[in-house]
Amino acid sequence: MDLSFTDEEVAFQSEVREFLEANLSADVKDRYSRGIHFSKEAQERWQRVLNDKGWLAPNWPVEYGGTGWTATQKYIFAQEMGRASAPPPMPFGVSMVAPVIYTFGNQEQKDYYLPRILKSEDWWCQGYSEPGSGSDLASLKTKAVRDGDDYIVNGQKIWTSHAQHANLIFCLVRTDGDVKAQEGISFLLIDMNTPGITLKPIIGLDKEHTLNEVFFDDVRVPISNRIGEENKGWTYAKFLLGNERTSIARIAQSKLRCEHLREVAAAERVNGGLLQDDIDFMRKLNQIEVDLMALEYTELRMLSKIEHGETLTAEPSLLKIKGSEIQQRLTELLVESLGMYGAAYEALEVREGRNDQNFAPDYAHGPMAEHLYLRAATIYGGSNEIQRNIISKMVLGL
Amino acid sequence: MDFELSEEQVLLKDSIDRFVKDNYGPEDRIKLSQTELGFSRDHWKTMAELGWLGMAFSEEAGGFGGGAVETMIMMESMGRGLVLEPFVSTVLLGGALVAEAGNADQIEAIIPEIIEGNLMMSFGYAEAQSRFNLNDVETTASKSGDGYILNGTKAVVYHGGTADKIVISARTSGASRDADGISLFIVDSNAAGLDIRSYATVDGQRAADVRLENVTVPASALIGAEGAASPVIEKVIDGAIGAICAEAVGAMAAANEITNEYLKTRKQFGTAIGKFQVLQHRMVDMYMEAEQSKSMSDMVAMKLDLGYADDTRKAVSAAKAQIGKSAKFVGQQSVQLHGGMGMTDEYSIGHFFKRLTTIEMLFGNTDFHLNRFSNL
Repeated sequence: MDLSFTDEEVAFQSEVREFLEANLSADVKDRYSRGIHFSKEAQERWQRVLNDKGWLAPNWPVEYGGTGWTATQKYIFAQEMGRASAPPPMPFGVSMVAPVIYTFGNQEQKDYYLPRILKSEDWWCQGYSEPGSGSDLASLKTKAVRDGDDYIVNGQKIWTSHAQHANLIFCLVRTDGDVKAQEGISFLLIDMNTPGITLKPIIGLDKEHTLNEVFFDDVRVPISNRIGEENKGWTYAKFLLGNERTSIARIAQSKLRCEHLREVAAAERVNGGLLQDDIDFMRKLNQIEVDLMALEYTELRMLSKIEHGETLTAEPSLLKIKGSEIQQRLTELLVESLGMYGAAYEALEVREGRNDQNFAPDYAHGPMAEHLYLRAATIYGGSNEIQRNIISKMVLGL
Repeated sequence: MDFELSEEQVLLKDSIDRFVKDNYGPEDRIKLSQTELGFSRDHWKTMAELGWLGMAFSEEAGGFGGGAVETMIMMESMGRGLVLEPFVSTVLLGGALVAEAGNADQIEAIIPEIIEGNLMMSFGYAEAQSRFNLNDVETTASKSGDGYILNGTKAVVYHGGTADKIVISARTSGASRDADGISLFIVDSNAAGLDIRSYATVDGQRAADVRLENVTVPASALIGAEGAASPVIEKVIDGAIGAICAEAVGAMAAANEITNEYLKTRKQFGTAIGKFQVLQHRMVDMYMEAEQSKSMSDMVAMKLDLGYADDTRKAVSAAKAQIGKSAKFVGQQSVQLHGGMGMTDEYSIGHFFKRLTTIEMLFGNTDFHLNRFSNL
């Protein structure tokens, strides 16, 4: 057991830090550090910068464009990204569908899709949830029926994040309705521009357009767009969800939020002093930092296990539960730090140009939107209730 | 001791429940909150016609002489529909300050106009540095001839953009945070030197930041004795806290009903999700929080009607601390139990969550009132 970095690792840390300082543009950094939704143009621009450096997809195998970093290097990289307020790449392509493609896809699919993801030529979205299938994902009803070389897809997906920006969707569809729910599902890659696909925006609590409904009406999808075998989609879906749950902990981002909260506490005035002198407030912040440290070392301990060839079962669920709870507590505390200015909130498109309506400090713009949006953190990617069920079943055998 | 409503009180409750049922369906409320004004002048007229705007004022002032219990009844029912009209700002803050400490001329000029529905008010007391400390006042009022000149900035003044008159707390003497030396002034919203910037708040209401630059008011604008406003402000705010506690109780009851219904109808894994024990227990916790809150809200209303002493202040802070905690839990868990549905702005549950979130911070958050409770 050894916590210290080697000389090489320290040098790597400096390299990453210097790169981010020199290449992360101010507008991207500002939006991300405020918790404001990205703009597609800026996100793409930033992803291209990362890809030009070869750092867009550190977790991919080297042959497909990964970095070949050790677990420690990946950890250092994530920490430095967080520290610099650098947004990670959109997860739907790089960390969700890509591992499914390079693990279960055929050569043609790998050759076509993976480079396009690296170059940010494709924007992916995730077609999992349906109106009747949320936590009980396997009950999904969107149907794909064979017709010559195609499937004809009919049905509806919901809560599809950022679908309005996407040109591709990876979709779970039912290809066999006569077997156990999990055994009749296939995993399809669908071009969003195919006739028969329509989008309907869902405006969120934060009054922003992040979520969508996606409707499929006799949509023709080539059978060659299926990943792996027909009716084996549930295996690929679960594999993907396991990956999603580790990245969902967002430890580096939460660390940054803690730091930001300390800055706000040093600026907000209360009773002739500063908020940082308020014992109740600081106790809450300190408690979150301790919890976050525990989570960080839990993640490191798991990474070390993976590095030594152990297979994890439901441990990522722990990261998801604790990580999402911490994210919510942090934005809640950030809103609290603003006093009554926490209540002032309008959506970005409304606020732009009206930012000077109140005399609140600059850092007061953003936290409430993020607070509202992050209520979803304990719901998406499998609700925290479901994650606890998974741990209880798979780890504890209850 | 009796926690039951009288016949008259039941009638009052029924009439507001009916108003909310007829006018505050989830879609009505969303539409209304998105208008420029953020509420309905027609509803305001209805509220005046039905006598609700006069309920809290004494008979001498032209009102109906209702007490904190009547206010509690009204606010709880309004909370069920998340009513948007500036009832608290006009009646329980601006109007109450005048009724509490104003002279006969001021009362005569203002209270009947409020009761008739012709005059809207708001109260600018908070400042950027004051947080929840009512005595932390840096806005100044200096004597000038027969009147005063006001300078300073008031933060997050609810309904400041639509008020005809704004009551402003300003320091006429003393140092920052001294209880002595704070005075109250009635300022017309069109007064020269007043910069009112209105914006939407997360709960679908409107607030404004109000900057005063050499705003001149006559001596007749002063409410009560110069420099002696601190106890008046504290008492009126405590009354308003009782009121928003009741509003939270109504909002929690409605949120719990909606969520409970969702647990019974939403099916996953082949059964209603309300059959899952983990969700049952969560819902039970939400129910218990709402019941505890209702008890505290009733208690504080009855205490306020018995007079205003240290014991009352302590009770107000206890109620606010309890209800702040409960409001947060019920609001957040209502969203959680709805899953994705809870995250959409067109569905009602999120709006209960948002209003419950601001009630927790309004007039002092949970930490502030726990401290006040322990210091009193």
